[in-house]
Amino acid sequence: MTQPLNYLKESPSQTAGPYVHIGLTPNFTEITGVYAEDLGIRMVNDQTEGDRITVRGRVFDGMGAPVKDALVEIWQADAKGLFNSPSETRGQADPNFTGWGRCPTHMETGEFVFETVKPGALPFNDGRMMAPYISFWVVARGINIGLNTRMYFSDETDANAADPVLTRIEHQDRVPTLIGKRDGNTVTFDIHLQGDSETVFFDL
Amino acid sequence: MSNRKPETGGFFQRDWTWQPPAFTPAYKTSILRSPKKALMSLNNGPSEITGPVFGHSEIGELDNDLLLNFSSNGELPVGERIIVHGRVLDERGRPVPGALLEFWQANAGGRYRHKKESYIAPLDPNFGGCGRTITDENGAYSFRTVKPGPYPWPNGVNDWRPAHIHFSVFGHGFAQRLITQMYFEGDPLIWKCPIVQAIPDEDAVRQLVAPLDMANTIPMDSIAYKFDIVLRGRRSTLFENRLEGN
Repeated sequence: MTQPLNYLKESPSQTAGPYVHIGLTPNFTEITGVYAEDLGIRMVNDQTEGDRITVRGRVFDGMGAPVKDALVEIWQADAKGLFNSPSETRGQADPNFTGWGRCPTHMETGEFVFETVKPGALPFNDGRMMAPYISFWVVARGINIGLNTRMYFSDETDANAADPVLTRIEHQDRVPTLIGKRDGNTVTFDIHLQGDSETVFFDL
Repeated sequence: MSNRKPETGGFFQRDWTWQPPAFTPAYKTSILRSPKKALMSLNNGPSEITGPVFGHSEIGELDNDLLLNFSSNGELPVGERIIVHGRVLDERGRPVPGALLEFWQANAGGRYRHKKESYIAPLDPNFGGCGRTITDENGAYSFRTVKPGPYPWPNGVNDWRPAHIHFSVFGHGFAQRLITQMYFEGDPLIWKCPIVQAIPDEDAVRQLVAPLDMANTIPMDSIAYKFDIVLRGRRSTLFENRLEGN
């Protein structure tokens, strides 16, 4: 016999369900007067530093149909590669940038949209630089535990080719599922939950 | 809050035998919404050990009071008045202060205030169904609401969700992000529900069932339930930069 380890277990996840909007974006589903505005709809203000971009895309199921009741959150570094968080040890992030956004997919089109800035590059654990990326977290009816993925940028060909995460993906033909396509200031990033073009999801 | 320095270690690996898998066919929507390929494991880096923080200034006075935050003309919602309270801890048993909790639920009759919802049970004009709060320095939280009713859903021909409240939780790192559901002690629907059964381990299911808490019930006013939430623990990077560890 040994001593027990006595760690607690993480609370099990459950699906966010079809009515996730009631709790996380009540104004979006016309529950008004409770919160002034939905949390996470504003990442930037007039003083935010960096390259302004619009990130948009859709989430598709295994039949290729857009998921119209998903909720997408993003978390990213500021233009200098720093996170607006007390756990950021590398320096002070831009106080005019939250780094976090939340958007439900549109109930008819299935589209999500974020107005943000392009993140700066930041180091991997071994010190090598990672290409700029935005972390995504997707929940919905039918998703039992939130899915983590990343969006890299199509205008960062060289940095992507050297990125320590992208280069470690065993099936290199899956790397394009993590690249947002930049056209002007719009970056399009579609997420495929299942199927031939299934997005790479991470166990973080 | 606490004057301890923010922690910056990576999080304990998630126990995938404890968490529900993506593909749970008795919950039919999961069939086409579950990745078929393996998740790619990735050590925590700066984007996982950091996360957004929310201040009390962003939270309104009635945000944790679902009895009042949607009521009009001083009228109260219909239903069993309850207090839900508990603590947010990490797997090491340490409190998680400053955690944003958001919750949503149906009304006492099992009807959600959502335009996609068409159940015949009526809306309650004084009940919205959303709330939020931030844990205190001990990781504690509480809110007031009515106990939600069960409701039918189009999965099997006669499937009913147990009474439940949805919870969304932010810890201190984005890798702790969690959405779950709280169930109520003694509800016989819990053990028949395909969404609950997505969780493979019965002890894990029990972790989502809130016990009746008579010690915190307010006589002649509200019944209480206690619901603790555990987020992933954080490695102290023992030997990496300090010997004292946890």
